[in-house]
Amino acid sequence: MRHTVSVVVENKPGVLTRIAGLFARRGFNIDSLAVGESEKKGFSRITIIVTGDDNIIEQITKQLYKLIDTYKVIDLTPTKHIEREMILAKVSINTTNRSEVIEIADIFRSKIVDVSEKSMTIEITGDNDKNEGFINLLKKFGILEIVRTGTIAIQRGTGK
Amino acid sequence: MAAEKMKGSKILLECLKKEGVTDIFGYPGGYVIEIYDDLYDEKDIKHYLVRHEQAAAHAADGYSRSSGKVGVCLATSGPGATNLVTGLATAHMDSIPMVAITGQVPTPSIGSDFFQEADITGITMPITKHNFLVKDLNDLAKTVKHAFHIARTGRPGPVLIDIPKDLTINKAVFNYPDKIDLPTYNPTIKGSSKQIKSAVELIKSCKKPVVIAGGGIISSHASQELRDFIKLSQLPVASTLMALGVYPYDGEFSLKMPGMHGTAFANHTIHESDLIIAIGMRFDDRITGKLATFAPNSKIIHIDIDPAEIGKNVAPTIPIVGDAKSVLSDMNAYIIEHPIDRKEEWLEEVNAYRAKYPLSYDKSSDVINPQYALEVLNEITKGDAIITTEVGTHQMWAAQYINHQNPKHWVSSGGLGTMGYGFPAAMGAQVANPGKTVVNVAGDGSIQMNIQELSTVSNYNLPVKNIILNNMYLGMVRQWQELFYNNRYSAVDMEGKQPDFVKVAEAYDVMGLRATKPEEVRPVLEKALNHDGPVMVDIVVNREENVYPMVPGGGVLNKMMGQEGRLR
Repeated sequence: MRHTVSVVVENKPGVLTRIAGLFARRGFNIDSLAVGESEKKGFSRITIIVTGDDNIIEQITKQLYKLIDTYKVIDLTPTKHIEREMILAKVSINTTNRSEVIEIADIFRSKIVDVSEKSMTIEITGDNDKNEGFINLLKKFGILEIVRTGTIAIQRGTGK
Repeated sequence: MAAEKMKGSKILLECLKKEGVTDIFGYPGGYVIEIYDDLYDEKDIKHYLVRHEQAAAHAADGYSRSSGKVGVCLATSGPGATNLVTGLATAHMDSIPMVAITGQVPTPSIGSDFFQEADITGITMPITKHNFLVKDLNDLAKTVKHAFHIARTGRPGPVLIDIPKDLTINKAVFNYPDKIDLPTYNPTIKGSSKQIKSAVELIKSCKKPVVIAGGGIISSHASQELRDFIKLSQLPVASTLMALGVYPYDGEFSLKMPGMHGTAFANHTIHESDLIIAIGMRFDDRITGKLATFAPNSKIIHIDIDPAEIGKNVAPTIPIVGDAKSVLSDMNAYIIEHPIDRKEEWLEEVNAYRAKYPLSYDKSSDVINPQYALEVLNEITKGDAIITTEVGTHQMWAAQYINHQNPKHWVSSGGLGTMGYGFPAAMGAQVANPGKTVVNVAGDGSIQMNIQELSTVSNYNLPVKNIILNNMYLGMVRQWQELFYNNRYSAVDMEGKQPDFVKVAEAYDVMGLRATKPEEVRPVLEKALNHDGPVMVDIVVNREENVYPMVPGGGVLNKMMGQEGRLR
C-alpha cells in the first residue's frame, strides 16, 4: 500500500543523507521525496511516499524516530490530508495535434509555460491521481521530458 | 573583560575531563597532532598507545563493557579513522556506549581530496548511533557534551566526533554547557504501568513462561532487578550471549544460553513455552532460528528501550517500551503486591530437560579437549575473572563452559561477530579494572588478527592473559564445512603455516607458555594466571572438536544436532 509519511527533522548538515541512507540500508523503497523548511525555525519537513505493508511502515516510522535529528514522524495515510505535486511535462507537438494538447491542458486546469515549433511545456499541480491521469493522456503525443517535485502533503483542519 | 580563550585541542581535553574520562586509547597522526601535543602535559587523562587503530576502538569497547563507563578512542583522519570502522560497527551492533574522536583535514580543505582525507561521518553513519563533524570551534564543547549523552542514554551506542585540524589550533572561550539541548532526542525510560500490570497478569495466567534476558539488562545495570524478578516469579531464565552473567549460570532457574549453540535444555524450554518474557533482547536470528517456527505456542512480552526493536522480528502480545531497570523494578513491586504462583509442573518439565541434556563432550586422555581447558580455567578463576573472547568455536565453548556469575565479566562480540576483537577488548577491560584478572579466550585464527597488541600490553605491562585454543583450523568454518559442505575444508587449514605462538610472545617480551597434553593444562594455566604480567598461552587442542548442540542456520530450536554433546 502507498503511504504518505511526513517527517519533521532538525535542519542539521547531513540529515537528508541519514534518512536516505536509512531507507537504502533497511531495504525500504522511496517512491518520492520532497524537502523544505517548515514553519519552525531550524526544522525542515520531509514528505516521503513509500510503498509497503503495515509492518514495513511501522518499522520505517520507528527507525526514522531513532535518528537523533528526527523530531516528529506522522503517517498521514489514515488521516484526512491534501497531497500535491507539481510536474513540468514537455510534450512533442506538431501542427495537427497542437490544439488537442492545449485542450487537454485546459481540462486539467494546467498551465502552458513554454511553446516551440515542436514542443510544448505544461505545468500541472495536483494529487497523484490527477497527475497520473494527465501524464497518461499526454503519452500518445510523445513525452520528451518530465520533471516532478515529489509529493508534499498536509493534514486538513487543525490536526488530530 | 573578555573571557580568556583556549586552544581547541585543549578545549577538547577539558570537555573529556568534564565527562569523567580518565583513559583513552589512540594512535597519533598529522591531523590530531595538536591534541597529542596537549595530551603530552595532561595529568588527568592517561593515553594508551595501541599498535593499530582498530585495537583502540575495541579497547574502548571492552573498557565500556567491563565497567559501564563510556570508552573513548582517538585516531587521526583518513586511514586512522577508517581503521576504527570495524570497532564502531562492533559496538553499534551490541549497543555499547563509546565516543570515537577523529582528526579531519582543515575545514577549508574538506572535500578537496586532501592528504589523508576520508569522509568518516559519511562512512560511519550506518554504524554509529550518531556522529558529528564539528565545523565551528564554538560548537565543540556542546558537541562533546551531546556525544557522551547520546552514547550513554537510551539504547546506548558509539558516537563519533570528527574534528578538523584548524579547530584544534584556533582559540575560543571554553564554556561547558551544564544542560543538554537536544529537543529531538528523548528516550522513554519508564514503562507504561498499565502494560506492566497486564504483563504480570499474563504471566500468572500462563502455564509455561520462560524469561530470555538480553544485553539490555547489562546496559541498564539491572542484573539485581532481574535476579529479584526471577526470585519473585520462580521462572526459568536463559541469558543471551550478550547477557551472560546477569543471572548466575549455575543458579536454580538458569537455562544458561539459548540459541544456535545454546544448551539443549534452554532451547527445548523456549520451544515448549507458552509465554516468553523477553527483556532487553532483540530476537536475533542466532536465538530464534527460523522465525516462523520459533516458540510456536508462545505469547510474547517484549520489554525494550528501543521502540524499533519491538515488533521488528516477532509480534509481541504485550510490548513495553522502557529501560530494563525501571520496568523490572516496577514489575517486581507489582508482583510483591500480586504474587505469582510457582509453576511447579513447568519447572519439573524444565528440570527434566536439564537432566536429560546437560552440556557434555567426549573427554579424551590423549588430546586436550578445548572444553576441558575452559573447565580448568573456570575452576582456577572461580567466575571472578573478566573473560573476553574472539569469535568462533572457542567463543561458543567459553559461553557454554565458563560459569558466568556476574554482569560485565563477559566481553564478547555478539551481533557483528568480530574476529580480532577479544585481545584489544581485554586490554580495555584491564585498564578499566586494574585489580582484576582479565583473560582473553582466543582461537588461533582470531588472535592473529590483532596480535600486534602484544606490543601494547608489553609496553604498559597490562597483565592480560591470552589463552589460545589452538586447533590449527578456522574451526567454526571448518565445522560448517564438515557438517554441511561434505568435508570440503576450503581455506581453513592453518597447520604448517602457523607461527610459534610462544616465540611470538617472547619476541614482544611477553611470557609464552604451551600445553599439548591434558595433564599440562592445569599447571600451565596456573602459571599463566599467577604471573604478574601479560601472558600468551598456546593450548594445542583436539583439531576436529565441534561445538554442540547446534541449531543449523534457519533451523528450529528443538531440532538440534548433537544435543547429547555429540552426533547420534
